Amino acid sequence: MKRELLKFLILAIVVAILPALLSGSYLVNVLIFVGIHTMLAVALNLLLGFAGQISLGHAGFFGLGAYASAILTTTYGINPWLAMVAAAVAVSLLAFAIGFPILKLKGHYLAMATLGLGIIFFIIFNEAVDLTGGPSGFSGIPNLKIGSITFDNDLKNYALIWLFTLVTVLLSLNLANSRIGRALRAIHDSEVAARVMGVNSRLLKVQIFALSAGISTLAGSLYAHTMGFISPTSFGFNFSIELITMVIIGGLGSIYGSLIGAFILTILPEALRTFQDYDIIIYGLILILMTMFLPGGLVRGVPGLLARLRPAGRQEG
Amino acid sequence: MLEIQAITQVFGGLTALCDVSFTIRQGDITGVIGPNGAGKTTLFNIISGIYRQTSGRILLQGKDISGLPPERLAQLGIVRTFQNIELFGQMSVLDNVKVGLHTKSHSGLFSCSFKLPWHLVEERRITESARRWLEFCGIADLADQRADSLPFGKGRLLEIARALASEPKIIFMDEPAAGLNSRETQDLASLIRKIREAGITVVLVEHDMELVMDVCDRILVLSLGEKLAEGTPREIQENTSVIAAYLGEG
Repeated sequence: MKRELLKFLILAIVVAILPALLSGSYLVNVLIFVGIHTMLAVALNLLLGFAGQISLGHAGFFGLGAYASAILTTTYGINPWLAMVAAAVAVSLLAFAIGFPILKLKGHYLAMATLGLGIIFFIIFNEAVDLTGGPSGFSGIPNLKIGSITFDNDLKNYALIWLFTLVTVLLSLNLANSRIGRALRAIHDSEVAARVMGVNSRLLKVQIFALSAGISTLAGSLYAHTMGFISPTSFGFNFSIELITMVIIGGLGSIYGSLIGAFILTILPEALRTFQDYDIIIYGLILILMTMFLPGGLVRGVPGLLARLRPAGRQEG
Repeated sequence: MLEIQAITQVFGGLTALCDVSFTIRQGDITGVIGPNGAGKTTLFNIISGIYRQTSGRILLQGKDISGLPPERLAQLGIVRTFQNIELFGQMSVLDNVKVGLHTKSHSGLFSCSFKLPWHLVEERRITESARRWLEFCGIADLADQRADSLPFGKGRLLEIARALASEPKIIFMDEPAAGLNSRETQDLASLIRKIREAGITVVLVEHDMELVMDVCDRILVLSLGEKLAEGTPREIQENTSVIAAYLGEG
């Protein structure tokens, strides 16, 4: 437990001093995206890595948060913080209701159902032109404010986003190491045995689906207020796949793994700019190679690989 | 304490169990035996809520529990182990047993995420209790290993420890001695007696006759889905129809 706390403190310190080491707003901007993606990957990991339930529709929840915040604040003039909470609560409840029928499905069927869900949201973002602005996007979303501080530059947004991200990481770590986290992993390994041990797997899966959707919605709201402009392309099927890639590359069931996965997959496209349209192929290749050689993800796979390279060396957890 | 009343289970056209009635008495070690395909595991699956019987009732201390899902039965004090051990392979041995304490703890999503004080107290209690049950089953030294790294015999013990951690009224064991060597089987026999001494009623499906005759107070014999006989080990050993069913009637 002490070590857990230390790891988190180191992360928090790195996050706090990183912008000071970087020159230029471009890199800070990239790190803002890393933060948002971390929130999303951690949220998805709770569902995919812990409970073992796939969702190919999480980009849709992210989009719901972004559009809900955009519409409530810009069109209806509601306070952004209030809109953010309202969106997260409403989408969680929606996910809870959808979760009951959908999470009865397993494996490929669940993948298809959540894929459909994501596509429905994507179509709404595109077609409800009066509400969302359609394919040309939604602009003029106000920045968040606390008292006299407006989050209107990269550094302030960095602080805001990473505060939310660190809280998400911390709470998820707590959850992972609790009876609920254990029950989720138990469902993942053997649902029938988990039920025999008294875990209400059906309810728990739906709860975690709703929580995961809620965090994704929150990330969407933050994204909208930070960027000021959103368009449907950010919330499509590709992005859902990208999130799953982050979770798998980092390591299923590892919260820090999701952070690393989000970091790598956010930095990578920036580094691979020259490949342009081929980036999705590279994601695919990475996913294949990772599952072949590091099935436990980077967090577990790399120490394992190192241990294999020097058989005499001590193995690390 | 557990009354099985006229249970019938039909799968498609196949009758797996036909009108089986039996009473399990509190504090007994009860054995369920029978040739392959007799319906022993089916009976266990019905009692533990995995299958829903075609007809018949099950009463726990007079209360009808037929058709309740496994998680409800666990809360009421009915747990089981599986023929092909069902561990949570990617979790540590200790964490496996902690899951067994799920019904004995109540923190929800919120108090777990925010580490509220009563949740921390509960976690400490869960850890202590889990270690106690590991010790009870003699595998305390394996606490930090991954469950899927255990040899088969230890996996069995872990499954039993996990089931006991929920402090059940009755534990159902589906072929606990399968795959164990004779030394391990002896240890299992003394563990089973220890479980009974802890006030837990034990029911086992088992093929190892030596073990069954050794530890059981009462035995239920099933054959081709029907109740063939019930009684003490001595009565069963002397029962001609049981001998015929096992040795073949020619």
